Amino acid sequence: MSLAGFAASPLFGLGLTLLVYAGAKKLYGRLRFFLLHPVLVSIAFIIAALKLLDIDYPTYMKGGSIVSFFLAPSVVALGLPLYRQLKRLASQALPLALTTAFASAVGIVASVAPVLILGGPREILASLAPKSVTTPIAIVVSEQVGGLPSLTAAAVVLTGVVGAVAGPVILRLIGITEGIAFGYAMGSASHGIGTARALEAGEVEGAASSLALCMNGIATAVLAPWIVRLLVGSA
Amino acid sequence: MLGGFVIIVAFLIAGDLMQRLGVPIPGNVIGMVLLALALKVKVVREEWIEGAVAALVDNLSLLFVPAGVGVMALFGIIQRQWVGIALSIIVSTLVILAFTGAAVKGFGRLLGGGPREGS
Repeated sequence: MSLAGFAASPLFGLGLTLLVYAGAKKLYGRLRFFLLHPVLVSIAFIIAALKLLDIDYPTYMKGGSIVSFFLAPSVVALGLPLYRQLKRLASQALPLALTTAFASAVGIVASVAPVLILGGPREILASLAPKSVTTPIAIVVSEQVGGLPSLTAAAVVLTGVVGAVAGPVILRLIGITEGIAFGYAMGSASHGIGTARALEAGEVEGAASSLALCMNGIATAVLAPWIVRLLVGSA
Repeated sequence: MLGGFVIIVAFLIAGDLMQRLGVPIPGNVIGMVLLALALKVKVVREEWIEGAVAALVDNLSLLFVPAGVGVMALFGIIQRQWVGIALSIIVSTLVILAFTGAAVKGFGRLLGGGPREGS
């Protein structure tokens, strides 16, 4: 066992991820500026550290994959808020589901269209198709349709931040500042990060947002492969 | 909390198996739906899984980080395609916000409630 070999052990990637994230979270707690969201800061910091130490991504992932392993169970765990919110909003479940079905389809097309029009490569297009839903679902869908999971993950995070910041502004322009409509829109467009923002507006808004997160996740998981195939054929 | 985590993994496995058997939806999403159903028919009780769910969902952001770091291997592509990527994010977010907000507000009125129902 050499000291230099530490970087090649899983402990390195694991420790780096946990420490940086914990620090970023603390920083965000103090400064509360959306561009300093812990995820963005952590990713930027770790990339910088790895570049500086001349460590490549696969080596980092020996430890990093331990953290990302928990993405799949976390999606299953969303079954609990999904159940609770559906129970709570039972009377509106059907209209909300229909809204999500359309919003998801429209969202996928809108995500893919700019790249399609600008003539970008298929893998970019496929990476962006599921980017409006929460990362663990988006990554799996991305793999399914021939995208690059890392690009999808980054796009998801950026989408979340953009939506969380711009969402309330856009929604105010169409006269929505509160309630289920506000929450559901935030969760649909910017998933978990949007939900955190929606919670600031209130419990109803937060609950609606987390329901939207789950519903849009399901809808997109179902629709994205179809839509991508429709627009650009199979991988 | 361990029990809760075991239950979650069990549903994850169930979903994964169903995907392998041909269901065209990611296994983790199937698992989420199955868990919600199990809660509805009371096969699983909320108290059993609350702790594990909170542990995972409260720290969701942490879980994205390793995948996001992966873009360090994609800088070339991103540099070439950043316009399309940026437009994709902005346009789709705007579209979803406007459409969803208007739709929910619209049928909220139709169903005869105020903006703050459901609490």
